[in-house]
Amino acid sequence: MNIYLDDDLRAIQAQTAEYVEREIVPKAGAWEQEGRVPREVLRHMGEVGFFGLRVSEEYGGIGMGPLASVVFAEQLGRSTFGGFTITVLAHTDLAMPYVAKFGSDELKQRYLPSMVAGEMIGALAVTEPDAGSDVASIRTTARREGDGYVLNGTKTFITNGVEGDLVVVAAKTDPEAKGSRSISLFLVEKGTPGFSVGRALSKMGWRSSDTAELVFEDCFVPASNLIGEENRGFYCIMQNFQNERLVLAGQSLGEAQRAIELTVDHVRNRRAFGATLWDKQAIRQRLAMHQARVDAARQLTYHAAWLESQGEDAVRVVSEVKALVGELVNDVLYDCVQFHGGMGYVAETAVERLYRDARIQSIGGGATEVMLEEVAKRM
Amino acid sequence: MQVVVCVKQIPDPSGTYTLDPETHFLVRPDEQVLDDTDRYGVEMGLQIAQAHGGSVTLVSMGPKGSMQGIRQALAMGADRAVVVDDADLKGSDALTTAQVLAAAIQRTGFDLVITGTESTDGYSGVVPQMLAELLDVPALTYATEVEARDGKVTINRQTSAGYDVVEASLPAVVSVTAGVVEPRYPTFKGIMDAKKKEVEELTASDLGVDTSLRQRVTAVEPAPEREAGVKIEDDGEAHLKVVELLQQKKVI
Ligand SMILES: Cc1cc2nc3c(=O)[nH]c(=O)nc-3n(C[C@H](O)[C@H](O)[C@H](O)COP(=O)(O)OP(=O)(O)OC[C@H]3O[C@@H](n4cnc5c(N)ncnc54)[C@H](O)[C@@H]3O)c2cc1C
Ligand SMILES: Cc1cc2nc3c(=O)[nH]c(=O)nc-3n(C[C@H](O)[C@H](O)[C@H](O)COP(=O)(O)OP(=O)(O)OC[C@H]3O[C@@H](n4cnc5c(N)ncnc54)[C@H](O)[C@@H]3O)c2cc1C
Repeated sequence: MNIYLDDDLRAIQAQTAEYVEREIVPKAGAWEQEGRVPREVLRHMGEVGFFGLRVSEEYGGIGMGPLASVVFAEQLGRSTFGGFTITVLAHTDLAMPYVAKFGSDELKQRYLPSMVAGEMIGALAVTEPDAGSDVASIRTTARREGDGYVLNGTKTFITNGVEGDLVVVAAKTDPEAKGSRSISLFLVEKGTPGFSVGRALSKMGWRSSDTAELVFEDCFVPASNLIGEENRGFYCIMQNFQNERLVLAGQSLGEAQRAIELTVDHVRNRRAFGATLWDKQAIRQRLAMHQARVDAARQLTYHAAWLESQGEDAVRVVSEVKALVGELVNDVLYDCVQFHGGMGYVAETAVERLYRDARIQSIGGGATEVMLEEVAKRM
Repeated sequence: MQVVVCVKQIPDPSGTYTLDPETHFLVRPDEQVLDDTDRYGVEMGLQIAQAHGGSVTLVSMGPKGSMQGIRQALAMGADRAVVVDDADLKGSDALTTAQVLAAAIQRTGFDLVITGTESTDGYSGVVPQMLAELLDVPALTYATEVEARDGKVTINRQTSAGYDVVEASLPAVVSVTAGVVEPRYPTFKGIMDAKKKEVEELTASDLGVDTSLRQRVTAVEPAPEREAGVKIEDDGEAHLKVVELLQQKKVI
């Protein structure tokens, strides 16, 4: 029981957990090798309705709030395959909300049903080689021309960049104005002339997720593909970053919780010096403290998501959550690998993978230091 | 086409089962799940109703508890459910179960009744046949494929050699084997909608079924431990010993 989880959220939790256990865990090892999640898997998840949590019924979804996304992300995280999890979340919670929340009716009609069905997969392209944490300093431009815009620039570290069909691209539409008042968002379809995938990047973790460099060279995008108002894109980004940070925290919490469970199982069975490792206070107490931290962080995350769902200004709490949980998952996985001994260092044990996957959580989607600045500003 | 699917709620098979030391009945927790074998029946029923138009009604007997298992089947897409729960039915044998189900099905009306082949917890495997007898309609069992239209039902009946094609006129009872169709995952929308679907709750007296028990479980013994196997060390002649052993056991 949890004060934040009603029947609907518990049903989402149970359904996702069952799906992950039956359909994902037995297969995802191969996806790590291939470096991608097969499209049939995403199609099937779409059919079952996993991609419509945040989309209104009109477009095939069920119109839930940020708590649903967090619960969903947490259960995906428990799969122990971070690459799979982020492939899904980049679609449902990084990219789709821009269309669902800020898009025109025309854009919604054109794209949302197929995104909900998993026929089209989305990506979000904000980061550039010279602009990561500092979003306002991006250099990609969108010049007004005829009944559309011409995009020029390079994006990097884009999740689903190779496999995605639709990319939400942030670009500057007013070269004169200050960063935050000059950015607009565009929905660009794969195959649009002038849009190409530079290269897929090889990574420490999240190996079944594709991460790519995207290049825009005189890429013409019709004005109807502008998301929201011109020059107001920065505010949309800052708004959805709250959601993105919450789901990344959800994912991390699911991963940390699962890692603790796997480690408890391991130390209960592993014997050394005449007893199980669980019999050593030093080990079981450290795990108990990690469990306490994860429980506390989960509750704060649910609270932040709830605040967000009430339309409250949740920036401070969400930033606290992102900083806290991004570090916590790394602390937890450090010890989980440690308590697995040599097994924890051997490739393709779950904790070894989770350890590598955890590293990005204090960097991507708002690095710890940047999040702490957001908190400090509000203290 | 009015399709009725019999579904049973059972204690979660991934947990441990406990028997009441007095009655030897299975202790049933409040939260029960849909018997996995009945998912195939529900899927088959939904496919038939969707292909030819019609509705799917679930019929279940047992302690209703939180009705989680029934909601699971409704979330898959069934239209409504009838649940018979009555303290007097505790410990019913297969015949009483079939009588209760038959009465509930009569009351609902039906063209086709679908059941599993045997349940996961009771696995007597006789309810479907009894049901057909009580409803006075043909029983088509062990179906791996079902086609129902124009007042007829045709199934592939699994046999040890392959399958027989069996046909009967509707109404009829069909028991389906597990693993023949891929049960759908309930969609989130399905889960939300399931809460609003009608669940009719009945007692044995509503149905006029005699609940005086006929079966009593006198004793329950644990299954004998499996005996350790024979170990044959390979000294170059092991294959001969293996052949001899297999011949003794009449395997070859
Ligand atoms: C696997 C992966 C997937 C990604 N997916 C996407 C995606 O789908 N879409 C997308 O747009 N981006 C994506 N990113 C980009 C990611 O969000 C950025 O990497 C992140 O925002 C950090 O930006 P940066 O890499 O430019 O680091 P920098 O901004 O260069 O930061 C480097 C370090 O400096 C620190 N720092 C920065 N500013 C301050 C400060 N004011 N005070 C103290 N320290 C500071 C940071 O905390 C960090 O530790 C992804 C990245 C990775 C690695
Ligand atoms: C040794 C023993 C112990 C028993 N202990 C208990 C006990 O502890 N508690 C208890 O309640 N009963 C108990 N029973 C009774 C037993 O569960 C009933 O016989 C049962 O309701 C029907 O038999 P089955 O599950 O073996 O059905 P099967 O004939 O194996 O089931 C075939 C199909 O019939 C349908 N069906 C069967 N039962 C139901 C139902 N109740 N509702 C809807 N559809 C159904 C399903 O579609 C199922 O797939 C026991 C029986 C035996 C022999």
